[in-house]
Amino acid sequence: MSIDSQFVHKMWNDHELTKMVEGGIPYPMLSDAGGKVGTVYGVYDEDAGVETRGRFIIDPDGIIQGYEVLTPPVGRNVNETIRQIQAFQLVRESQGGEATPSGWKPGKDTLKPGVNLVGKVWEVWQTRQAFD
Amino acid sequence: MAEQAVGCARPTGGPVGEETNSRQTQEQQNVKEEPTMIKVGKKAPDFTAPGYHKGEFISVRLSDYLGKWVLLCFYPGDFTFV
Repeated sequence: MSIDSQFVHKMWNDHELTKMVEGGIPYPMLSDAGGKVGTVYGVYDEDAGVETRGRFIIDPDGIIQGYEVLTPPVGRNVNETIRQIQAFQLVRESQGGEATPSGWKPGKDTLKPGVNLVGKVWEVWQTRQAFD
Repeated sequence: MAEQAVGCARPTGGPVGEETNSRQTQEQQNVKEEPTMIKVGKKAPDFTAPGYHKGEFISVRLSDYLGKWVLLCFYPGDFTFV
């Protein structure tokens, strides 16, 4: 979503993005003229008249589980976004029975929060797991 | 006319010679509006927006996606480089 019109979205997709992504952008490119939606989400920069790089993960109940906002010159890390969605999906499927520690990615150990884990995280999880 | 360096922020202009007035207006607005930042764990504000999707102009309502995971991304503008 940006402040550009749907007409400009079409031009950008058809003339540039289709050369970078086969078949063009697969998801809806939304228009937020005037930045009204961006204002509500806290990502509209009134001075510049544009939206900053805000990214929101919204779960099936419509709840915001996470967000990240960057200034224009630095791009996002798509893999990290996907990792976060996978983590939120795992937590949701376990109905809160599992939590994903720092550095978690699919296949790595989760934690089972509970009275028996208090003070015992060091027994089941090593700091290096945050980095590998 | 001077050539302008093109960065990743979309270049913008603005009115000339109205500085004092517009500042006052801004200050008045600041007093009235309390900025509320989005909070995790809270409902995502619903919205409708026109859009472009695979060759068609469409209208999207966020709440139509209830039951699915949604990734909502904002960006400064089409044809910006990043």
